[in-house]
Amino acid sequence: MEWVGSPKINQLWWDSSLWGRELKLNTCERSHLYCARVKISLTAVYSGTVRTYQDNMQFMLLFSRQGKLRLQKWYVALSDTQKKKISREVIQMVLARKPKMCSFLEWRDLKIVYKRYASLYFCCAVEDQENELITLEIIHRYVELLDKYFGSVCELDIIFNFEKAYYILDEFILGGEAQETSKKIVLKAIEQADMLQEEAEAPRSVLEEIGLT
Amino acid sequence: MSPSVCLQEMIRVIRGARTQGEERGVIQRECAAIRAQFRQADSGGRSHNLAKLLYVHMLGYPAHFGQMECVRLIASSKYSEKRIGYLGAMMLLDEKQDASLLITNSIKNDLSHSSQHVQSLALCTLACMGSAEMCRDLAPEIERLLKASNSYIKKKAALCAVHIVRKIPELGEMFTPSAHSLLSEKNHGVLHGAVILITELCERNPDNLKQFRKSVPELVQIMKNLVTSGYSPEHNVAGISDPFLQVRILRLLRILGRNNDAASDAMNDLLAQVATNTDSSKTAGSAVLYETVLTIMDIRSESGLRVLAVNILGRFLLNNDRNIRYISMTSLQKIVQTDHTAVQRHRGTIVDCLKDQDASVKRRALELSLALVSAANIRSMMKELLLFLSTCPPELRSHAASGIFNAAERYAPSQRWHIDTILHVLVTAGGDVRDETVPNLIQLITAASELHCYTVHKLYRALISDIVQQSLVQVACWCIGEYGDLLLKGECEEITPMQVTEDDVLDALETVLQSHMSTPTSRGFALTAIMKLSTRITNNVDRIRSVVSIYGSCIDVELQQRAVEYNALFKKYDHMRYFTMSYCTVILEFGCRSRLSLVLGGRGLKAEHVSIIFDCKDNVYLYWFLLQSVQLQMKAPSGDLIPAQGCGTVTQTVLLSYTNKANLKMRVRLSYSSQGTACQDMVQIDSFPSPAWS
Repeated sequence: MEWVGSPKINQLWWDSSLWGRELKLNTCERSHLYCARVKISLTAVYSGTVRTYQDNMQFMLLFSRQGKLRLQKWYVALSDTQKKKISREVIQMVLARKPKMCSFLEWRDLKIVYKRYASLYFCCAVEDQENELITLEIIHRYVELLDKYFGSVCELDIIFNFEKAYYILDEFILGGEAQETSKKIVLKAIEQADMLQEEAEAPRSVLEEIGLT
Repeated sequence: MSPSVCLQEMIRVIRGARTQGEERGVIQRECAAIRAQFRQADSGGRSHNLAKLLYVHMLGYPAHFGQMECVRLIASSKYSEKRIGYLGAMMLLDEKQDASLLITNSIKNDLSHSSQHVQSLALCTLACMGSAEMCRDLAPEIERLLKASNSYIKKKAALCAVHIVRKIPELGEMFTPSAHSLLSEKNHGVLHGAVILITELCERNPDNLKQFRKSVPELVQIMKNLVTSGYSPEHNVAGISDPFLQVRILRLLRILGRNNDAASDAMNDLLAQVATNTDSSKTAGSAVLYETVLTIMDIRSESGLRVLAVNILGRFLLNNDRNIRYISMTSLQKIVQTDHTAVQRHRGTIVDCLKDQDASVKRRALELSLALVSAANIRSMMKELLLFLSTCPPELRSHAASGIFNAAERYAPSQRWHIDTILHVLVTAGGDVRDETVPNLIQLITAASELHCYTVHKLYRALISDIVQQSLVQVACWCIGEYGDLLLKGECEEITPMQVTEDDVLDALETVLQSHMSTPTSRGFALTAIMKLSTRITNNVDRIRSVVSIYGSCIDVELQQRAVEYNALFKKYDHMRYFTMSYCTVILEFGCRSRLSLVLGGRGLKAEHVSIIFDCKDNVYLYWFLLQSVQLQMKAPSGDLIPAQGCGTVTQTVLLSYTNKANLKMRVRLSYSSQGTACQDMVQIDSFPSPAWS
């Protein structure tokens, strides 16, 4: 078993009174993202579960076959440099996969679930305990929403209307969890929001312009 | 390009740039224009400018000057400006930045806005990037929204509450009553959020667990309705009614039923029903079935149900879809300890997955195969694992090698098989094994005294065929040095005889010494072996002497030191050489990855020369160490800091004098500080290998 981490973890390992107990590790910083294998090693020793209290979905990335990012939604607090580094790594890893391989990758202590739709890769990073198949369904649902909204969506739609892609995503997923399981309701909400936006942007009447109303 | 160009036009121009430099130029001009526009507080194109900036940010360019603009736009009264402002806040601000606090007030106001879409923006932003302070401030608002609002807002408020509980677990108490009442909602979105909230509350606080166990019947009923209801177009996915909600409920049931008989009983029927009736031809159905299986295995379910679950996993294992095979192995891994025999039935399929093309599937199959190794199947499993090792992807090699070593150590049917297996691994993947392998193997060989002849012959043959794998080279050198006389005798029962002359052996060792592929450690081993052979061979002592004296001026300090010491043995202490060169290396294992190599000398001497070499993986500060039961004289250690990663060693020489050689025991206590923490370790040696003493 490889031990990577602080001496504190080593001490926990030698304290046999802890064996069999559920162990909670507090991670106030996102250093758990970089503390590889601690969680897995401890799970092997302790028969309980080890939770490090991450959000379920850490981030979602959309990128092209050339590795250009088309959308990035982060549900964890990281600096810009960290986000860039992580994106680069994940994109490289996913692009290196061959066509018929399975949609799941293990990376650090997260699972990367990805699927390619035409020229775009949709990629989510979820916590280790998450049900990967339902994450695939979530990705598929998002693609369906985009498809319905744009009418046979293609990559260019997402490039030129990136803010709309974000709005649709935010209407479907909130804080890393799916908020609405009905396609119809999500699309209706976006329609209404778009109408509100149009009204807000509508040119003011001449009278309003010169301040008479 | 005019500064008021619209977003789409800007995107077009950027994409039209032919080089990176051109793109940078375009973006710099645009950003300058946007910055100027922000400063002007021109109310017309503010949202468009921010949108442009966000696009630029997504391409990877800095956009921090847009942060204050986001704050301003969020406070605007126009919905279009709020919308892009909040999006900008989620993209450009995060909880670590101070600017995020400035939007707390706007969010608070917007949470009570008359338009539900504005409320929605605020809720979304809070759930995405709300810091602990923001959460604390706004928690009462969220709680209010959980109780009195329409379902559109309630579902979002529930997920906001989830975020708040994740950030500040103590606030969970605030949401517990509302969470309970949300379960009676009909709206799927609200139910989904409620179930997630309850799951989060239960995982954080065992008291909540007790309370929400009372809701198990209610949850079971909701689930039943979903499963048995007719076709509902709104929530149907590939024949499954709202798989997202089903999976969530199953997960909550898992947490509630864990370690609790009553709750587990209450959900038994439901789980059996779902497990039997769910159509798993598409991913949605498989997802529900998968979650069901996980729940069955984790609660106190009846044995019949468990068998059903393992059978489902077995079926998944044979599925054509790689994803399904992968998740099947993941779940089998979780239950391999508790339901070992059930999983053993599928061993054949799992071992076949070792040959799959996909690295993820291979990894899962490796983990599972290692867990399935037992005394009964060790020989056949090891064949497969060794085959796997020779073809596996590089990132899995070291894990596979250490797994094989562990399995071999636990279940080796014979010592010879054990040694053969380790040698096989060293030949195939010697570069990926851990450093402890060398001393472990040496210890193993030392203990298997009947096999010394066989081992030294085998290692000699491995050495002359290839000296790339350093761990193999080191063990081979040590072995030849130690048992060289057996090698030269030529006969060995278990291996085809091969005539080996003293020159051959010395040639082999010198090749290692001179090769540029050999690491300093390997060279050290080779030199020591050559020196040891000086007492075991008769004709070529002069050759050894000349080799040793050449290395007396070697650049490598470690090697030079050894050569000089050995040279001294030749010159001044020739009469003692025979005695001191009958070495025996005793390798001791400490915890915390440090290793103590005890090199003992002497046959029939009064004062024993003891050299203790530390080789550690961490930075270790050596304070002192204590030897009991002997009169000792400790010389100063060669250093007091051992660099990390095996980059160096510290040698401390101790002279012992005692009379009762046969009963020498040694206890070594090592006190050190690693990365700032003081540690102690102790090892006792009760008996020393007999060749050391006469």
